Amino acid sequence: MAGKMELGKEKGLSSDLLSFGMEEEDLFQTEHTLTVSEDENESDDERKHQKLLEAIGSLGDKKKKKLAERTEASLQVSEFAVSSEGANEKIELSDLLGTIKPSASSLKKQLKILEKTNKTLDLPISKEQREKIQRTLAYEKASKEVTKWNQTVRQNRKAEQLKFPLNEEPFTVKPMEQRMAGWKARTPLEHEIFNLLQKNKQPLISPVLTAREQASLRAMSLEEARERRAELQKARYLQSYYEARARRARRIKSKKFHKMMKKVRQKEILKEFEKLRKTNPEAALEELKKMEQARMEERMTLRHQNSGKWAKSKVIMAKYDTEARNAIQKQLEKNKMLTTKVLVPSESEDEVEAEMDRGDTVPDFVNNIETNKVANPWMLGRLNTDAKSSEAQEGEIATPVKIDGNEESDEGEKLSEDEAQLQAFEERRRIRKERDGELAGSSVIVDQSKAEENVKNFDGGKKSTVPDDQGEKKEHLEEDLNEFNHLFQKLIQSKSESTSRNIKKTGQKSKRVRTEKNEDDATVSEEQEEPILNEQLERRRTMEEYDTLGQDEGIDVGAVSTLDTTQIIGNTVESANKSNPKTEVKKKQLINPKDVLMVASKSIELPLVPTAIREENEEQEDQRMVIQEAFASDDVIDDFIKDKKKQINAGKPKDIDLALPGWGEWGGKDLKPSAKKRRRFLIKAAPPPPRKDRHLPNVIISEKRDISVAAHQVNQLPFPFSHQSQFEKSICAPIGKTWNTERATRKLTMPKIVTKMGTIIEPISEEDLIQNRRSTEAKVNQNLRKWRKMQQKKPFH
Amino acid sequence: MKVRVLCRNPDDYVRETKNDIQRVPRNYDPALHPFEVPREYIRALNATKLDRIFAKPFVASLDGHRDGVHCLAKHFKSLSTIISGACNGELKVWNLMNRRCVRTLQAHTGFVRGLCSRFCGTSFFSIGDDKTIKQWKMESPSFEEQEEPIHTILGKTVYTGIDHHWKDDVFATCGQQVDIWNEQRTSPIRSFTWGVDSINSVKFNPVETNLLASCASDRSIVLYDIRQATPLKKVIMDLRTNAICWNPLEAFMFTGANEDYRLYTFDMRNLDIPIMVHMDHVSAVLDVDYSPTGKEFVSASFDKCIRIFPANKGHSREVYHTKRMQHVMCVKWSADNKYILCGSDEMNIRLWKANASEKLGVLAPREKASLNYNEKLREKFQHHPQVKRIARHRHLPKMIYNQSKELRIMKESRRRKEQNRRKHSKPGSVPIISEKKKHIVAVVK
Repeated sequence: MAGKMELGKEKGLSSDLLSFGMEEEDLFQTEHTLTVSEDENESDDERKHQKLLEAIGSLGDKKKKKLAERTEASLQVSEFAVSSEGANEKIELSDLLGTIKPSASSLKKQLKILEKTNKTLDLPISKEQREKIQRTLAYEKASKEVTKWNQTVRQNRKAEQLKFPLNEEPFTVKPMEQRMAGWKARTPLEHEIFNLLQKNKQPLISPVLTAREQASLRAMSLEEARERRAELQKARYLQSYYEARARRARRIKSKKFHKMMKKVRQKEILKEFEKLRKTNPEAALEELKKMEQARMEERMTLRHQNSGKWAKSKVIMAKYDTEARNAIQKQLEKNKMLTTKVLVPSESEDEVEAEMDRGDTVPDFVNNIETNKVANPWMLGRLNTDAKSSEAQEGEIATPVKIDGNEESDEGEKLSEDEAQLQAFEERRRIRKERDGELAGSSVIVDQSKAEENVKNFDGGKKSTVPDDQGEKKEHLEEDLNEFNHLFQKLIQSKSESTSRNIKKTGQKSKRVRTEKNEDDATVSEEQEEPILNEQLERRRTMEEYDTLGQDEGIDVGAVSTLDTTQIIGNTVESANKSNPKTEVKKKQLINPKDVLMVASKSIELPLVPTAIREENEEQEDQRMVIQEAFASDDVIDDFIKDKKKQINAGKPKDIDLALPGWGEWGGKDLKPSAKKRRRFLIKAAPPPPRKDRHLPNVIISEKRDISVAAHQVNQLPFPFSHQSQFEKSICAPIGKTWNTERATRKLTMPKIVTKMGTIIEPISEEDLIQNRRSTEAKVNQNLRKWRKMQQKKPFH
Repeated sequence: MKVRVLCRNPDDYVRETKNDIQRVPRNYDPALHPFEVPREYIRALNATKLDRIFAKPFVASLDGHRDGVHCLAKHFKSLSTIISGACNGELKVWNLMNRRCVRTLQAHTGFVRGLCSRFCGTSFFSIGDDKTIKQWKMESPSFEEQEEPIHTILGKTVYTGIDHHWKDDVFATCGQQVDIWNEQRTSPIRSFTWGVDSINSVKFNPVETNLLASCASDRSIVLYDIRQATPLKKVIMDLRTNAICWNPLEAFMFTGANEDYRLYTFDMRNLDIPIMVHMDHVSAVLDVDYSPTGKEFVSASFDKCIRIFPANKGHSREVYHTKRMQHVMCVKWSADNKYILCGSDEMNIRLWKANASEKLGVLAPREKASLNYNEKLREKFQHHPQVKRIARHRHLPKMIYNQSKELRIMKESRRRKEQNRRKHSKPGSVPIISEKKKHIVAVVK
């Protein structure tokens, strides 16, 4: 019956649709016959029905066309009733239209119109282009498809531990019927039991759980329940938190706070009011917008800043003229006022900061002080009060790693200060050099000119402050200063040389950084990445061999470290790269004392001055004058000598006085043991080993570095750490179970990848994608819970 | 009379069984345990030394082939089964547990060019120089039964690579074009051509299973999607890529083993620049395979060694070689992340540990804990010069050592020359091209 029904339907459809051609009709007919022959055996009703159907079928016979008889072999044989007879004959559109039912007249009309118009279609684009478009589309689709893994991949990369296989099902107890499903009785005993059970009509695989129970089980898995609970907890927690906050706020006695709160509330009320005032809300909005617009415009333009012609001239004048300075100040204030946002008090802090930032960046002459700092570090120690803080900052950022940093801090106060300043200076100079240009030559030029500028600026600033009556002293100091200047430049030069040499030795490391600055960071890191393995020809198999391996290296490291720590006062400029300098470099670094003090040369040229500027002697003269002035007030050499003495004394072992006052003679206040006794009980310390700098009058070499320890110390900050203290902390936290509880140790020593023995690890699958999402949610909840716990604990401490 | 005694709660010190370790009460006050850093440092040093001493990665050598081993395939379901194909057309199925050949069959005349097993592990495919694709049953035939392939497809051209889809009964071959086959049919259901050169290898993506990548001898790597009618994209490099492997954990990452001694890891969404260039080999890299954890991969090279690279590092963490191992043609990382297999020119298949100093077999919990601790210590103190020095030390055969030295010198001089040229020409006229970009010639859409 079903077959017939279908058939009838198809018939109807076929008559409705454009007649599909003879073949199809024939096919139907054959089907009829088939179905008829099948149904003959059945009842008369059906036969009658069949006849009726046949009659209906025969009604459509008029429409049928006979398939054109094929008399010749032709290339194109259409499965539809159309055939082009012969090669030359073309099929006209009208031929095709003949088969269309009259009901589709509208279609016919359209086609006829189409026939009349002679417009040809555009040529299809070439195959190559089409394929290219297809490829691009397909590629985009594919890459979009894989992007869904982004989150998962990132998570897996960051994960502290990955357990493989990833999608392992948690161990659960399966219900009885699931276990039983694939099981069959095999042994005779089992058969017997089953027979018995069957006889007694006991359920063989009785469901342990009712349908309802199962449904309830399915409704909420454990995980979901947990999540739900966590959510609820979170909500409850948030509620209680806000309540507590409100209560606390109410109890606060501070008037200021309440005032502020009141202000805030007033603001809000005002806002509400504005909102409520619906008489002309648009006007109010407009007003607000206007204010905002004005502010924005002010921020956009450079009107009240220091870039105008007037402002620039004033800036130049500012160095000489306090009035001009004041004028600029005023203008800046105005600018600030105009650009300040109409504040909501809660955001005021940020805004103030931002303003301060702006204030820092805007005026040029503010920066001048800083640049002066750069030009003349010695001066800074005296003049600039906040040099220390800035230096500390610098130190945080730029100073190279030293595990034994405390040693340094033990040294003389001023010494370290100077050192740090020098370091800072060197660092900044290096950075600037990098920034200035790729080519070394040009960078030097720029450098120099900048320095000159700075010096000039300094000169300008200085003139107002340095009193004139120091002329004599100036003259007296002139030579020394010159020499020091010379020394300083030389040091810089030697340093740069040494660094360049280092770089050559150690590979392409920092040279790249220096010269090829515009190279992208990734490549720099790539270049810097050293091979993980150190491949050698000799094979080491035993503990002893590895020991010696370490020792060899240790000696090397020791040698290096001694070099590293020879703190030569003039030369303590320690650039960031602390790679192994060779001995020749060291010699370069050490300064010939005769060069420094004995030679009185007025015509010393600054080594960094490029040939292009060399002619400008006048400027140099200027410079010299400037530096003279700069160093007029400090007696650097004296300071240095004092420093050195201090260091030497500090390094000497002390005598031990064992004399007991009051023992064998009178004792008391103001009574000292007699000289004889003191002499007797004094244990003289052995003379210290000769200092390394004993023949170097202008050099202090620190003796504090312990070579044997240095061999074991890291002398370069490893990659993921951004600051020395981070690294130190990571080392200081022990992970062993001697210092930690069992559980903490287990957590600390958790391996990154855990695999199961003898288990195949499948590639990640779609399920993991979903699972990951879930687990992240769970994690977030967990974190929240943890955080809450912490919060709860805090008050008790 | 009251007698006072010192008393201890037996719960605090009595063991449940005599095999338990004695309970040691501890006070974790840091003041009581000084010198924690030096002590841990010494432990780390010792751990590093022991690690190097126990680093004996070579497990076994499987010999029996009568010509160089050209290709290897893992069984999808069994860890202990591998299949290898040799240059004389011989196939061998090995049992790794017994380290013995289970089955030998003469599959092709000429090379066996490629092998792959079906995802269900019941059969495997092989292709050879005789232009045939043959499907074989995984089980060996019963007694008196002939070794006959289930199907044999005669092709028109030589096939050079084959890989099976990870979930469907579809496989891909490559030769003059990339063909996608249905197992039930004898003609490919789809063919991809782009250019006319011969294609070396083809690999399905294990995660996004409809994607595949191929590398051709016109130095290109091409991506395909079997649902699309056209290839997706092509990247052309300096030299030819020999093999490709997809990361099983990161769907869009793949690594190509290049003829220029390096490996390139790409993100398929951005082919303009590789994510990472891995260098250390001193000769053409012939094969690459990812660890199932996706964190590392192993590469086989013409320089007679295999190297293990972390997927996100530019240099290898390990190099394996033996005196007798010749050019390594193929390499596979076992599916349990424990072993590495490599087949080489001198007819042997070698089994290595993936982690050189790992102890095989079942570990007691305490042993495991102590190994974990040691590993963490090594990681913690890895930057300290002594530890680093010991951990990095590797023995290399003279040939590779000298070659790498030479390469280093060459590289340095090339760099210097470029720098000089840059110095003496107009600024900006000699641009700085990063190492990553340098070897990408073009990306063709």
